[in-house]
Amino acid sequence: MAMIRVLSLVLSVLSSVTLLWTQSGECNNGRRSADAVDTDFSGFSVPLEHSFEVDDVPRFRLRGALQFRGGREQGVYLSQNQLSEKDRNTLKDVAAVDGLYRIRVPRVSLQVDRQTEKQSEGYLTTFVRACSLVESHLSDVITLHTDVSGCVVGISIVTIPGSCRGIEVEDEVDLEVFNTTISVVAPVTAPVPETAPYIERMEQEMEKKGKNPQEQKSFFAKYWMYIVPLVLFLMMSGAQDQSGGGAGGGAANGGGR
Amino acid sequence: MAWLVVRLAISMSLLYTASAVFEDQVGKFDWRQQFIGKVRFALFDTHSQASKKLLLATDKNVFASLNSRTGDLFWRHVDKTGPEGHIDALLMYGQDAVVVVGNGRLLRSWETTVGGLKWETVLDTGSFQAAALVGVQDFVKYVAVLKKSAISLHDLSSGSEIWVENLPDSDSVQYQTIYSGGNGLVLVLGVVPNSHIVIVEYKIEDGEIMNKKSVEAAWMSSLESSCAVVSSGILLCVDQITQSLYTLPLQSAEQTEMRQIHLQTLDLEVVSGFRPVLTSTQPNPAQPPLSEFFLQLSPDHHILLQFKDGLIAPLRDFNPAYLAAFATSGERTVAAVMSPKNDTACSINLFSADTGRRHLDTTIIYHMDPNGGKPNRLYVHAFLKKDDSVGYRVMVQTEDLALTFLQQPGRVVWMREEALADVVTMEMVDLPFTGTQAELEGEFGKKADGLLPMVLKRLSSQFILLQAWLAHLWKLFYDARKPRSSVKNEVTIDVLSRDEFNLQKMMLMVTASGKLFGIDSKSGTILWKQYLENIQPNSVFKLIVQRTTAHFPHPPQCTLLIKNKDTGLGSLYVFNPIFGKKSQISVPALPRPILQTLLLPVIDQDYAKVLLLIDDQYKVTAFPSTKNVLQQLQDTASSIFFYLVDSSQGKLSGFRLRKDLSTELIWEVVIPTEVQKIVAVKGKRANEHVHSQGRVMGDRSVLYKYLNPNLLAVITESTDTHQERSFVGIILIDGVTGRIVHEAVQRKARGPVHFVHSENWVVYVYWNSKFRRNEFSVLELFEGAELYNSTVFSSLDRPHPPQVLQQSYIFPAPINTLEATLTEKGITSRHLLVGLPSGNILSLPKLFLDPRRPEMVSEQSREENLIPYAPEMPIREEWFINYNQTVSRVRGIYTAPSGLESTCLVVAYGLDIYQSRVFPSKQFDVLKDDYDYILISSVLFGLFFATMISKRLAEVKLLNRAWR
Repeated sequence: MAMIRVLSLVLSVLSSVTLLWTQSGECNNGRRSADAVDTDFSGFSVPLEHSFEVDDVPRFRLRGALQFRGGREQGVYLSQNQLSEKDRNTLKDVAAVDGLYRIRVPRVSLQVDRQTEKQSEGYLTTFVRACSLVESHLSDVITLHTDVSGCVVGISIVTIPGSCRGIEVEDEVDLEVFNTTISVVAPVTAPVPETAPYIERMEQEMEKKGKNPQEQKSFFAKYWMYIVPLVLFLMMSGAQDQSGGGAGGGAANGGGR
Repeated sequence: MAWLVVRLAISMSLLYTASAVFEDQVGKFDWRQQFIGKVRFALFDTHSQASKKLLLATDKNVFASLNSRTGDLFWRHVDKTGPEGHIDALLMYGQDAVVVVGNGRLLRSWETTVGGLKWETVLDTGSFQAAALVGVQDFVKYVAVLKKSAISLHDLSSGSEIWVENLPDSDSVQYQTIYSGGNGLVLVLGVVPNSHIVIVEYKIEDGEIMNKKSVEAAWMSSLESSCAVVSSGILLCVDQITQSLYTLPLQSAEQTEMRQIHLQTLDLEVVSGFRPVLTSTQPNPAQPPLSEFFLQLSPDHHILLQFKDGLIAPLRDFNPAYLAAFATSGERTVAAVMSPKNDTACSINLFSADTGRRHLDTTIIYHMDPNGGKPNRLYVHAFLKKDDSVGYRVMVQTEDLALTFLQQPGRVVWMREEALADVVTMEMVDLPFTGTQAELEGEFGKKADGLLPMVLKRLSSQFILLQAWLAHLWKLFYDARKPRSSVKNEVTIDVLSRDEFNLQKMMLMVTASGKLFGIDSKSGTILWKQYLENIQPNSVFKLIVQRTTAHFPHPPQCTLLIKNKDTGLGSLYVFNPIFGKKSQISVPALPRPILQTLLLPVIDQDYAKVLLLIDDQYKVTAFPSTKNVLQQLQDTASSIFFYLVDSSQGKLSGFRLRKDLSTELIWEVVIPTEVQKIVAVKGKRANEHVHSQGRVMGDRSVLYKYLNPNLLAVITESTDTHQERSFVGIILIDGVTGRIVHEAVQRKARGPVHFVHSENWVVYVYWNSKFRRNEFSVLELFEGAELYNSTVFSSLDRPHPPQVLQQSYIFPAPINTLEATLTEKGITSRHLLVGLPSGNILSLPKLFLDPRRPEMVSEQSREENLIPYAPEMPIREEWFINYNQTVSRVRGIYTAPSGLESTCLVVAYGLDIYQSRVFPSKQFDVLKDDYDYILISSVLFGLFFATMISKRLAEVKLLNRAWR
């Protein structure tokens, strides 16, 4: 914690602010809201570390600090340093050999009381190709995924654009400052079968039918005066044919025997 | 407007109704086979000579009657799975079969001819120990059931309880057996291990304890396994430590301790480490048992002994003999003994039980299947012939759960492969081409050797084809004259070849007992079988097709990975899927537990796909591992990724292959196990094709699908099982980058979750614990109106998250299993195949599971053919693909594409196996069976002649006009 404060004193570049914690309303109603709302907490921060090595053996260094703001208005900020000259060169070298740029965060819970009760061991890591990071001029999107209890389960990083076309990045300035968009995503609540709107709709339709019975009359009800004579006519003519045919058939059968 | 709706409704209903089979299609391209499982009890119906009934109770909780002449099922009752339906005992008397079910929970009596239930009694609680028929004065009237602490007597004809008595000192004495010799008493025998035996006598009429005594037996640990009652109530026990037999008259007052007879005095010896077994026989429950009995001294040494006047005398020594069994017909009891004859055959002989003399001309030769297991049970059906001699038939059960029914002199009357009642996994493999087809195919594979030889070769192969075609035509003509039934020819392994539309395939089935089967999918005939010995009962199997039949002349190749669940150690079995022969290819040794397997699209020079096996130190073993393969792996190593799942720690991790075949960890996702646990992870099927990249919307724009082949669907269940707080989680993770693409929770839900992951959708079924119903949920992923990179998909370069649509529906039935249909090119619309506990398989159109189903019907949704949303999923009987051919306890459904785009082959397995074809979009590429060829050809010819004539007439007319 102390180290992070020191770091933030050092000319740190606040690169980007982000979205609010995208948390659906559904998610807020269980026991979770009770945990989150009442605590008056100014926030806490966790280190975000990165690693890019030509020999591809991860050696993580501090990249910045993720600052979580607790309380009602939950959000996440990332304060991070500029890349040093040496780092820039390494990054370009790694990009040249198609190496990986890895980042990691410790496993933490964004839930305040849990945070204090247990600092879970281990890290969550992910990677992006170093070349795409270079070619995108360090513009990346980092997303932290939490589970229902607010514990971070995964981290992902993508660069925009994400492709590696082999474009040379000449300007050193392009590789100094990260242009990061960071967000925390909680699981969405999956929909359940929507019976109520369906029943409502059905009722509405029924009402509609009830209102103007004239229009909703069936096809037969509307045109019976035409259909009945037609059917009668057809039956009459058909019956004549059939009686003739039937008689003929009967005779033929009889003859056969 | 109204007209449009009506028309739409009519067209819709027409689209989705006529998917059932017609009556004349029944059995045309589908078949079902019914199984029962491993036999635990088998009894022949001996009360009449002509009876063909064979009653069986199995470890699958099935009680069935077989026709002993054909091996077909007369009837079958499938009880609940697990201990609740476990069949504890099977007794038969006359027409009645008495069964104790569920650890002594129920006592049932079945009528054996039609399999009807006569009566059922619920028994008092208590764990079941033994059951026996009890007779009085030569009539069997009662059945006695012994529980841990009580004994009850029931009337055989009505099931009513006559009396129930608590057993004395039941907390210290283990009561294990019942004996009744027909003298009005029921004896209950119990043991205090390594101390004494307790014998309690009950009066049959009222359950009064007549006598109770205890006899010293410090050497005894279990009555059940070491004792038997012979002669008129003599308890006979054997002990391998003291190498002795012990006898005790059960009802004598004077003898208070067991008499020891050293086996040495009989010149016998028990092989060290073998637990000797006593086998006695009581032909009639109302009479005492016979005084003859078998003693098994080693796995292949039996001896027939006789107890007479307190002395034991050997009648006949059977050494070697694998199996021995008694059988009774009328008044005569015989013993059948199976002895080895040579390496591949055994001989079974009949001996009279009272003298040990061999009956003449009673040898049955039993040929052991070289690909099967050893015989381990012998059931004998003895009957009296017309000349009053004893004839017999035997049923042999082998280690690989095959039942063989034999009669003299060794004719196999029928055979059942009960291992198929427990299919673990399966694959379908294309059949090879015929010789001529292969010849033509092989021509392209060979290296070019000059123009002229190539031309000659082509001509010769064309000539061969012509010949084959003519022969085929002749056969067609010849067969057409015969009645249809007699044409049916036998399917054998030699005539197997691919049919025109590749509808006939080889089904490879792996069973839990370690037996592999090759089954013809058209007829269900077993073409080959192979028993793998030394398979641990808790093994898991994974079947991988490494080389298909497409690479003539290389034979197809399948690999079975057998992994011990406890140790994780695995082994590979490589075989040819068409002939079932074990391949000679050397298999890598796998000294470390295997965590993951990966079938790469990389092929070696022999066209076998490369299989990567990852062990617990994240080292990779390639199979085959030739130089060529290793070279290719080095070249492509940086693009080979794989993932591992450790559900005990909730950890999903991704790895990348290095050039030296080591691996590096590149991503890690940890789902805390305190909240939820990972229950299943599924990727997409490798052989799945998606034909259309997007969906055309009502306004003619295209909504592109998010088709990520590396996407994994992870299903989690909450550890909190309270119905308000439990949930099911679904997480979609990219298997290469570890990026969580979507994360959703289904609240107030719990498992078991069944799900299918295919194309751009995931369908899962869960139990809604709030409303107490099953619900379907469908997730669909779309890229949006524009594709990011339309030429190629790369997980590393797809920065924008997909749009996720989801919708849920109520499903009005519980389900057992879920699978999606699969076709050759993916043009045909998809159906979901739902295995229901009722045994039906429902073919549910995916159209009903579409998250874009609108709440309100609009012009655009109608244009798109979207069905308006309805919360309940319909189940229509005509969607049952297996009409009345229900599949008992369906556990899995396998789908495979055929050569016809419209047709998908389906195999459902559980206790039964059902094979059929489904046509999700109907048979759009096949002419109907009743297609009128004559009409269409006569119309064609008619038109042709009409044109000719009219042309001629026109010419004449023109000529005439010119002359004018």
